[in-house]
Amino acid sequence: MTDMIAKDGVEAETVEAVKSLSGKYKYGFSTDVEIEYAPLGLSEDIVRLISEKNDEPEWMLEWRLQAFERWKQMKEPDWAMVDYPKIDFQDIYYYARPKSMSEDKPKSLDEVDPKLLETYEKLGIPLKEQALLAGVEVPDGDRKVAVDAVFDSVSVGTTFQKELKNAGVIFMSISEALKEHPDLVKKYIGSVVPQSDNFYATLNSAVFSDGSFVYIPEGVKCPMELSTYFRINAENTGQFERTLIIAEKGSSVSYLEGCTAPQRDVAQLHAAVVELVIQEDAEIKYSTVQNWYPGDENGKGGIYNFVTKRADCRGDRAKVMWTQVETGSAVTWKYPSCILRGNESQGEFYSIAIANNMQQADTGTKMIHLGKNTKSRIVSKGISAGKAQNTYRGLVSMHPKAENARNYTQCDSLLIGDKCGAHTVPYIEVKNNTARVEHEATTSKVDDDQLFYCRQRGMDEEEAVALVVNGFCKEVLQALPMEFAMEAQALVAISLEGSVG
Amino acid sequence: MLNIKNLKVGLAEEDKQILNGVDLNIGEGEVHAIMGPNGSGKSTTSYVLAGKDGYNVTAGSAELNGENLLDMDPEERAAAGLFLAFQYPVEIPGVGNMTFLRTAVNAQRKARGEKELTAGEFLKIVREKAKSLKIDAEMLKRPVNVGFSGGEKKRNEILQMAMLEPKMCVLDETDSGLDVDAMKLVAEGVNALRDGKRSFLVITHYQRLLDHIKPDVVHIMANGKIIKTGGPELALEVEQNGYADILAEVA
Ligand SMILES: Nc1ncnc2c1ncn2[C@@H]1O[C@H](COP(=O)(O)OP(=O)(O)OP(=O)(O)O)[C@@H](O)[C@H]1O
Ligand SMILES: [Mg+2]
Repeated sequence: MTDMIAKDGVEAETVEAVKSLSGKYKYGFSTDVEIEYAPLGLSEDIVRLISEKNDEPEWMLEWRLQAFERWKQMKEPDWAMVDYPKIDFQDIYYYARPKSMSEDKPKSLDEVDPKLLETYEKLGIPLKEQALLAGVEVPDGDRKVAVDAVFDSVSVGTTFQKELKNAGVIFMSISEALKEHPDLVKKYIGSVVPQSDNFYATLNSAVFSDGSFVYIPEGVKCPMELSTYFRINAENTGQFERTLIIAEKGSSVSYLEGCTAPQRDVAQLHAAVVELVIQEDAEIKYSTVQNWYPGDENGKGGIYNFVTKRADCRGDRAKVMWTQVETGSAVTWKYPSCILRGNESQGEFYSIAIANNMQQADTGTKMIHLGKNTKSRIVSKGISAGKAQNTYRGLVSMHPKAENARNYTQCDSLLIGDKCGAHTVPYIEVKNNTARVEHEATTSKVDDDQLFYCRQRGMDEEEAVALVVNGFCKEVLQALPMEFAMEAQALVAISLEGSVG
Repeated sequence: MLNIKNLKVGLAEEDKQILNGVDLNIGEGEVHAIMGPNGSGKSTTSYVLAGKDGYNVTAGSAELNGENLLDMDPEERAAAGLFLAFQYPVEIPGVGNMTFLRTAVNAQRKARGEKELTAGEFLKIVREKAKSLKIDAEMLKRPVNVGFSGGEKKRNEILQMAMLEPKMCVLDETDSGLDVDAMKLVAEGVNALRDGKRSFLVITHYQRLLDHIKPDVVHIMANGKIIKTGGPELALEVEQNGYADILAEVA
């Protein structure tokens, strides 16, 4: 019963939250702090400079330079169903950091420039060590969320370091990890997403500036949710972060990333790499609430979001669950994948992708079944409104040794209005005849009868759409950690504003 | 309460007239019944009152307590106190029945400038009302009308009505699909809401519902018009003789 109240409360409050946030993109403000940029454009010198700024070991620099050499030979991919002006990679700043984070770098969050802290507060991400995220009531009272806050190219700080340390968990920015745990970083970086994986991943390997590092030792259940909050602030700047999470034997962790950016007329590039290493009997739950600035109704500005995320289930019975709520960005190109190497390992992918106005999303997953009895499940909910295009692109691959592997894919598209599009592109490869793949796909329109029914009961049109769409996404919303389900529901509603009527 | 004058309505999409001048006046606290052959325009009347898309009003007016209904959005009509129990309640996958109800109740309260109910207050009221309609907690949790039996859907409509406490309730064939016991429950639910102020328009094909919900006035609709109006005895007449005599009478 209590369970029901909680879930119920979440939905009802969504609608209230939406009403109160009647504006458009509410994270569109920018923070006025002095920013230190690297010179415009990309060259070997820039790569050296980033490495130097982070005070990195020599091997890291070598690795970056190697990636840069490769990248110069590569071509931008064009197979995705997205269309955007050619990116001039020499017209981007590859490194920007608030000046206050430079020379005398603050030693603790208390010393961080109040303007930066204020930014996160405004975004609803308090960096003080509170048990609650702003406005989110946590049912069992004392669940905590540790936050690593990344502002442009640098990490501003990470909360709850001490508690985590006591549990043996390492959670810090990757630039710090390179200093404090270089061996761990060296062992795993690029081991899941190789340097040469794809154009954007290679670019990221050369110029990544910061990101989060998580290490959960054998047998440890991480005592709190971990989250990283990415904020792009500086103009004309790319954000290239790198996240590396390692879950040792029998350990588990739930990790969430959130992203926003100011409202600007010129598109900005975000090219991240996320690598997850999951050993025997370990489990990682990785959730994303992506709300980058989507550009205006006419497609001006917004973030180009080109992301490579991959989980490697190395051990037997390793488990990974990707959950994503993608509501922002002008262009999204993202396929969180699972390599199911260990026998009986499991991969799950739950996705909500919303594209409104001129947004374009090409997103999905790859499930690579290598081990015996591996299982995967894909639940994708795509919502298109305005003139947006939304593509699900997924690969399920059953390799010759994947005895009795199973995949189930469910792919639902919802259209609001008649100027938008939804596309489903499933690729299936089966090289073991005991493996089984199931695929179901539906496309539907928001039903006028449902909207009328809601409105007859007193809801206005936007509330009605929000409710119906949240219902459509239910399975995925339920997969999110409780703390973030509400925010995500509110986002679903906000990002559809103006899509009806 | 409800005053409909010479209401003429056609379809928006095609050139077809459905209502040919409906006149209907329901006073405060009164219960009126509408009967009439299939396709005579009963549901259409209720949809037009509630503001469903797809219809063109070509003449006439409809007022609720002096306010012009036809100028309002559906949600404004709801907030003004108009409730429609649908002939075919709509399923909304993934949306909990309880969430739906609470969102609706609070949307209306907000529109009327009243304080919204907290989760606790709401839960208390809904449990109480659900109990009298024999709707169990399980049904409250399930998505709105999804997989509900015909009778469960109709009881759910009455629960919504009880929660929203409208001024003017239009019930479109709420009795069809109900077993004998369920019909009693629904009738009791309706009667419990009769307080001398709230008015009802009950659309039905059968006298047996009117045994339980005693109407003050009975109307017969045919070909998009009210062709005869009388007391409860008119419903009995229809039950016994069908519509042939009445239709012949006015022809
Ligand atoms: N959207 C529509 N498109 C085409 N015809 C319509 C539409 N809506 C109503 N009609 C027609 O208008 C007429 C009146 O329909 P309505 O549903 O109001 O009848 P009713 O009196 O409620 O009948 P029943 O007793 O069967 O419920 C019917 O002939 C119906 O087919
Ligand atoms: Mg009807």
